[in-house]
Amino acid sequence: MTATTDIATFDAAKRRPGERRRSRIMLTLLLSLFLVYSFMPLVYLILSATKTNGDLFTTFGFGFGTNFNLWQNLSDLLARDNGIFMRWMFNSVLYSTAAGLGAAIFATAAGYAFAKFKFVGRKLLFALVLGAVMIPQTALVVPIFLLLALSGLSDNPLGVILPSMISPIGVYLMRVYIEQGVDDELLDAARMDGAGEVVIFRAIVLRLVAPGMVTVALLSFVGTWNNYFLPLIVLRSQAYQPITVGLATWYQLAQQGGGGGQVLFSIIITGALVSIIPVIVVFLLLQRFWQGGLTAGAIK
Amino acid sequence: MSNSPAAATRPVPWGGFASRKLAPYLFLAPFVLLFIAFIVAPLVYAFYMSLYRDTLVGGRHFAGAASYIKVTGDAKFWGGVWNLVLFGIVQVPIMLGLALLFAIVLDRGQVYAKGAFRLGFFLPYAVPSVISTIIWGYLYGPTFGPFTQMAKAFHLPPPDFLSPGAMIFSLANIVTWEYVGYNMVIYYAALMAIPSDLAEAAQIDGTSPWQFARLIQLPLLWPAILLTIIFSINGTLQLFNEPYLMRALAGNTINSSYTPNLYAYSLATQNQQYGYAAAVSFVLGIVIAGASYVFTLIANRRRPEQ
Repeated sequence: MTATTDIATFDAAKRRPGERRRSRIMLTLLLSLFLVYSFMPLVYLILSATKTNGDLFTTFGFGFGTNFNLWQNLSDLLARDNGIFMRWMFNSVLYSTAAGLGAAIFATAAGYAFAKFKFVGRKLLFALVLGAVMIPQTALVVPIFLLLALSGLSDNPLGVILPSMISPIGVYLMRVYIEQGVDDELLDAARMDGAGEVVIFRAIVLRLVAPGMVTVALLSFVGTWNNYFLPLIVLRSQAYQPITVGLATWYQLAQQGGGGGQVLFSIIITGALVSIIPVIVVFLLLQRFWQGGLTAGAIK
Repeated sequence: MSNSPAAATRPVPWGGFASRKLAPYLFLAPFVLLFIAFIVAPLVYAFYMSLYRDTLVGGRHFAGAASYIKVTGDAKFWGGVWNLVLFGIVQVPIMLGLALLFAIVLDRGQVYAKGAFRLGFFLPYAVPSVISTIIWGYLYGPTFGPFTQMAKAFHLPPPDFLSPGAMIFSLANIVTWEYVGYNMVIYYAALMAIPSDLAEAAQIDGTSPWQFARLIQLPLLWPAILLTIIFSINGTLQLFNEPYLMRALAGNTINSSYTPNLYAYSLATQNQQYGYAAAVSFVLGIVIAGASYVFTLIANRRRPEQ
């Protein structure tokens, strides 16, 4: 038995070099095909952002136009509707940053309470948090809209920011993170030294779990930046809308055609390109943290 | 604890207030308050609203379960659910199959530039779905879409991505583009957790890569696969952004009840049928929870042998 396997592996080893290289090239080619598919829309977006509106219609989509019009498109974009584009970008940055910071701090505090304290209702409350992870996000949008309309918070940015600060999955992640990463003896030693609970949290816990907080902040930042349904239904005034809602409104306007709608095409394309740059930069810089958050649920 | 002599000698801000007994409630307070205000209260209020009916003449009056009975027989609601079931049957296996293939190849296969592929496949996930739909909308476009241009250049009939028959595939393509990389990363992380001596042992035994994938990797990946299928069922039944924006291109194909969320949105914002919109949201939530639950039951019964 052992003899035959030995011969088999020996044979395989002898055959290897050439065949291995060929399979390596084939696999790389296969993956490259999908990479082309992944990049194609982005390449199209970049090329189109350099074209005049006329060139969009008359030149090939995956080629350059007759003029390099990117700078003109950018200035048209910034001038359109009294510079509303920068206002939308600012709103997106504001809402996403506030949601990211709030979610990270609140989830860490709550995760710390679950991880290191015993209190009445702990199990029930944590079960509720886990249950909330399973609530379909969009099933909450209409109810939130109805309640905001009742409480006079409709068309108020807080109606988008505050719900985005709730991260049940963040509480779960931070609980696990703190259970594993913060030593009970360290906390007790600080208590012996007379440090108050809030000081312990600020000076010890927050410092030890900073990487976990970055993950939670990122998930909420990106989730809020990409969110469309909630701000669409909550925010009526253009001046409050984030970039996703604003661009989509222009897009719908342009598609309806009619008076000057088509002039919007190159502005929308340039705006789409500018709007994804911040998320892509954040994504590339903080890749490690991002993937950590996505995979936390899978490994458990 | 904070009453100890040490604490008395050195005053600590909040020290007296946040005793060890009270501390957990203090730490939980911000999260729990938001949780009550923006998850519990909306659900309770929406449920209350769903028990009333708004009429133009008589105003609002109590209707009990009437809205729910109406949803269970509402052809528009179930038509939307059916659209998404068809969508999911086509799209989810393709998306997850590709993600699984790429994760396995990038984990153990011999490939050049692995890091670049991992990053490149994941990048579309960073693009907001609104922007993805706008870009694909232009690519599909009948006026200056590049596929139409190419067809015309070769004197072929231009492909109609926006026709009633093709729309579901056009939407499926957008969602696949967005999420293959995301699912791949989840599988990849689960594969990284497989001890490498297992792979070495299998190699020494002369196991083929195919056998290794089927007998060792797939069973170990099973929890991650289950998770991604449940995520996908959830995401599919909640589909809104992509069809909502594609309506601007193909208003005849995508009506206001093409997906259940589109339906709830138009009920709440255009028809002001708040109570009924809330009932639709609740029933959608129940359908999603039910689908995930049924799927988990089936999957656990048919778990592959290890």
